[in-house]
Amino acid sequence: MTRLWQGNTGPVTVVVAVIILLWYVFVVVLNTPWERDQAERAGTEIGFSQLVKNTMAQERPVLPAPHQVVTEIWKTTVLKKITSKRSLVYHAWITLSATLLGFVIGTALGILIAVGIIHNRAMDKSVMPWVIASQTIPILAIAPMIIVVLNAVGLSGLLPKALISTYLSFFPIVVGMVKGLRSPEAIQMDLMHTYYASASQTFWKLRWPSAMPYLFTSMKVAVAISLVGAIVGELPTGAVAGLGARLLAGSYYGQTIQIWAALFAAAALAATLVALVGVGQRMVMARMGGPA
Amino acid sequence: MNWGWIIFALTIWLGGWAVNEWLVRQKTDGRAMARAISIVVPLIFGISLLAIWEGVTRGFNIPPVLLPPPSAIWDRIINSVPILAADFRQTFLKAVLIGYGLGCGSGFAAAILIDRSPFLKRGLLPLGNFVSALPIIGIAPIMVMWFGFDWPSKAAVVIIMTFFPMLVNTVEGLTSATNMQKDLMRTYAAGYWQTLLKLRLPAASPFIFNALKINSTLALIGAIVAEFFGTPIVGMGFRISTEVGRMNVDMVWAEIAVAAVAGSLFYGVVTFIERAVTFWHPSIRT
Repeated sequence: MTRLWQGNTGPVTVVVAVIILLWYVFVVVLNTPWERDQAERAGTEIGFSQLVKNTMAQERPVLPAPHQVVTEIWKTTVLKKITSKRSLVYHAWITLSATLLGFVIGTALGILIAVGIIHNRAMDKSVMPWVIASQTIPILAIAPMIIVVLNAVGLSGLLPKALISTYLSFFPIVVGMVKGLRSPEAIQMDLMHTYYASASQTFWKLRWPSAMPYLFTSMKVAVAISLVGAIVGELPTGAVAGLGARLLAGSYYGQTIQIWAALFAAAALAATLVALVGVGQRMVMARMGGPA
Repeated sequence: MNWGWIIFALTIWLGGWAVNEWLVRQKTDGRAMARAISIVVPLIFGISLLAIWEGVTRGFNIPPVLLPPPSAIWDRIINSVPILAADFRQTFLKAVLIGYGLGCGSGFAAAILIDRSPFLKRGLLPLGNFVSALPIIGIAPIMVMWFGFDWPSKAAVVIIMTFFPMLVNTVEGLTSATNMQKDLMRTYAAGYWQTLLKLRLPAASPFIFNALKINSTLALIGAIVAEFFGTPIVGMGFRISTEVGRMNVDMVWAEIAVAAVAGSLFYGVVTFIERAVTFWHPSIRT
């Protein structure tokens, strides 16, 4: 029991419980005006307990209660067929596929650029500042245009969204990999010299393995951010499919519960992706003989 | 196909590359020279990128609806300064700056508060890290519903987006003062607040500035994307989404150019303050 409180589990559970409690309080407070308004129109008085009960069961609440959101998620994942357009699994899968494609391209591109930067001084000096500058640009702002322009060229569906994820995810990879590929100490590089190792041998036997921890840390950031890219990429296509489209459709029609459900699905997706990268990290580290 | 432009682009590209290769091989004695080179090299790279863009779009006769050449974008910027200025005022000066200030401020305050309680720290930090990885931008439609179409709803999105990075980084930074240094403060009989102000906050400032820099880009993104969910008829995100619909791509690019310059300047200002405040940190001294 004491171990539970000294670790993170106990405190986190308490904080989450408090947050859920606060949420219910806010549900009552924020949804009360509408209920009072309804009661007034009906010309009836409404008791407090009835008020509280009503605020948690509204059709389009200002803030849905947690259990409403959970019910909605349950209804749209388990009870619906996966192929149905109302299934959250279907929409999550569309977003997920764009995210993964973009993440893979972004990671490959990021590693390539990082390798180039490591081995070419001119590239280091000229590309690196622009890689950093490229991220001070609010790239998500360009998302709608990239989608529309690529649609005009005939590219539609998965790839345009994936490209936005790519653009967002290559940056942490470049920065992390440049740092990681440079992380071998001078003494280790000297050892490779004394072995008369070629540049490619040094790369594969020293630089690449020592960059692994950096790569995985960057990949965690990159996968989270490429999910954001995919979601925003779905907004301008006119709410066809995907979690972003669910958000947009929900906001058009005032379906707050649907918005929150999509939001929770996105959060769960992000958490799962980051956790999966973490699992990959632990497996690779264990294979490399490092501390797991 | 217009070969003149393509050859122009190729020449600039190869020329810029050659000059850069030559520049980085120069052995310089003066520090000023080395600094100048490290500024000139990326500048040449950027200019040659623009030239290639111009040359390729004109050379291959790419329709301006797909990708306008930089010169056309520049024309558009010059011709529509009032619209751009109004959008900038609405999005940047109102939503971004106010949201950024409130979000970073409250994140900082919350960090100071929970710093005194190890229980809260252990409970909130994992959650803060978790939330930082979530697509928070998704709350934009909810905020628009709650706070209306005008800038407060965008500022609210920005506040929530910037709060957690600031919280996590500040809490982490506050633990960065070493025990040795804390003991020294104790031997000086310094109280909690004195230790906080004179030792722990300065020691935390690299972390805090890291959060401020991350947040400067997040804030702009948050405000622009939130405008996709509904705005009055002004604002950078509004302009981008409507002009895309009207196929006025040069206007979109003009807006993006403004956003890029604003974002870079914002980041630059934060970096500048960081250099002034954390002058003692190894990464800045060298």
